[in-house]
Amino acid sequence: MAERHTITALPGGLGAALWVAAAVAAGLLPLLSLAFQAGGPTLDGAVWAALRFTLVQAGLSTLLSVVPAVPLARALARRQFTGRGLLLRLLAVPLALPAIVAVLAVVSVYGANGVLGGFMPVYGLPGILLTHVFFNLPLATRLVLEALATTPPEAHRLAAQLGFSDNDVLRHVDGPVLRARLPAIAGLVFLLCAASFVTVLTLGGGPAATTLEVAIYQALRMDFDPARAAGLSLLQLALSLTLVALAGRMMLAQASQAPLRLRQQRFDGHSPAARALDAGMLLLAVAVVAPPVVALVAAGLSHVALSAALFSALGWSLAIGGVAALFATVLGYGLAGAAARLPQRRMWFEGVALAGVMVPPAVMATGWFLIFGRNGTSRAELFLLVVALNALMALPFVVAVLAPQLARLAAAHDRLCAALGISGWARLRLIDLPALRRPLAQALLLAGIMAMGDLTAITLFGSGGILTLPALVYQQMGHYRGNLAAGTALVLAVVIFLAAWLAERLGAEDDPH
Amino acid sequence: MIRIEQALYVYGDFRLAIDVAVPRGSFTAVLGPSGAGKSTLLAIIAGFEPLRRGKVEVAGADVTALPPAQRPLTMVFQDNNTFAHLDAWTNVALGVAPSLRLDEAQRQMVDEALARVGLSALARRKPGDMSGGERQRIALARMLVRNRPVVLLDEPFAALGPGLRAEMLAEVKDLQRERGFTVVMVTHQPEDARAVADAVCFVAGGVARPPVATAAFFAARNDAAIADYLGGWRDS
Repeated sequence: MAERHTITALPGGLGAALWVAAAVAAGLLPLLSLAFQAGGPTLDGAVWAALRFTLVQAGLSTLLSVVPAVPLARALARRQFTGRGLLLRLLAVPLALPAIVAVLAVVSVYGANGVLGGFMPVYGLPGILLTHVFFNLPLATRLVLEALATTPPEAHRLAAQLGFSDNDVLRHVDGPVLRARLPAIAGLVFLLCAASFVTVLTLGGGPAATTLEVAIYQALRMDFDPARAAGLSLLQLALSLTLVALAGRMMLAQASQAPLRLRQQRFDGHSPAARALDAGMLLLAVAVVAPPVVALVAAGLSHVALSAALFSALGWSLAIGGVAALFATVLGYGLAGAAARLPQRRMWFEGVALAGVMVPPAVMATGWFLIFGRNGTSRAELFLLVVALNALMALPFVVAVLAPQLARLAAAHDRLCAALGISGWARLRLIDLPALRRPLAQALLLAGIMAMGDLTAITLFGSGGILTLPALVYQQMGHYRGNLAAGTALVLAVVIFLAAWLAERLGAEDDPH
Repeated sequence: MIRIEQALYVYGDFRLAIDVAVPRGSFTAVLGPSGAGKSTLLAIIAGFEPLRRGKVEVAGADVTALPPAQRPLTMVFQDNNTFAHLDAWTNVALGVAPSLRLDEAQRQMVDEALARVGLSALARRKPGDMSGGERQRIALARMLVRNRPVVLLDEPFAALGPGLRAEMLAEVKDLQRERGFTVVMVTHQPEDARAVADAVCFVAGGVARPPVATAAFFAARNDAAIADYLGGWRDS
């Protein structure tokens, strides 16, 4: 029976794995060969400076996001207050927001002309940190909340019965969970910040505030210096391999988009000190997340210009989002299906899915650019390259949604289907697709959301006639037409949130409870 | 010792009317179909769930408004009675002082409690390295050091095999007699009630009934709800 599964599971899984391997090889090999032709990759002072800045900004961003996330998550876990649901919704907003939209929102609050402008320079390190905290404080808070919710309910009852003080609860109930989970959460946030491209590209500037990802882009697009790009790429690759080894699985778990159903009965936090701390943390959360969101909506609403450019960009975004989502879902279905049917090879197939995170997009795009792009690309080729890169970037998240469902389905139906002789196309049509309708739709939407909001791929390949919504926002920002940009960003945000809302509903209905 | 009169508990669509009094030093079993509210009854007495109406009296005092720690009782759960990062001795010591600052007499008390439940040799072991039965013994040792007059047991041995379950049950009965505890125990096994309980509190159809003598409960085959619950079960 095991052999039978191997045979039916292989084509899809192997095909997907081969495609990913080819894409990664196409990314790495030209770069390496060029670097060796040029007498080895360039590793000069500027390259090391980019590495240093990458580590410093990612380290500070992680610190500023994860440290406050712990008391904030505890406040949300142990406080019942009017508006709690609303606050959780607000904290979910940055999770779905495209990077360029977040940057615009932060600039419109803290920039020179912003409501709270003038407190600090928004370009350079402060602005980068502000934007990263805007993204990652909510993310880290959500992950810590999820971690805290794994505590068995009896532990809180036991603590209440034994008369634990708030400190005892921290020491004996929350502490052990946090010690176990925080390193991976911090690792994930660090990884995301170290690989952050759009934020650093727009808010960073000059050699003083350039990360590896952005330096790769500059080496290729501005200077055309493949040896330097290769040196930077190798460093970036080493960095992300290290981080994925540490936090890769968290990355997958984080993407599952489970609805926040994290009410746990708790009995702690009644001392005046705890009340004050919790109130302070909740206010801090509002202060970090609310102003950019409000500013974006306000500026956007008063400046939506329904121009031809906007509709054309919307069309491109939907096309890229749709095709990339379909491609990522087909690949993810193959990988997740193979992982479900060949449990002993599960790590292997799920590892392939992580390629899009392990090999940074800038590295991949560099290689592809060297193969396809040197002599200029047609619009159709460019479209396919952007779609392929977006599919690779969305793949880990698609697999995270599909893998548990496919594993459940394989366990439930494999023997019955084998006994009844249902296999191949008949099984896919009659058994698997109907049962997987919801997770498949969820995976499609998730990948679509990422691809629609993505500015990385299109920037890396050069826009060459394709102007998506994020690219239009970026262009309008660059031309000091911030108001127009806000209108475009709002349209993009609305499209994304419609998709996210649908995905969350699908996820919630899929829940057996 | 425990008195809940004409009380009402509401959670969503679920309602439980409670009229229960338990005499001092008795051993009462709580029986009833799954989901009827047996564990909820214990959680109400322990202070984990609030009543919509009525009050809870324990040892002659109204404890309705008291937090769990200030009620004169100890509750033992079916699972997760221990903190996994602390060894058996420390888990018991938490019952003396959550700060874990114990004087010499208190340390000795912990040692004695562990000895009484047969865990002396495993005192420095973490719960994860112990069997299910041994982990429940930690909870029993903590119940001894806390020494509160009322003990609530929420299916404490349901996950154990029949032999071990009977053995643990007999030990609890011994401890109860020795210390004069008033025990209320939720169980899914009518034979558990038969073996150790003086009285049975039947929870079904949204009502927790006043306890009746064990023998009378099992003889009440003319009561439709009880007959339905016991079904073909015959006590031997």
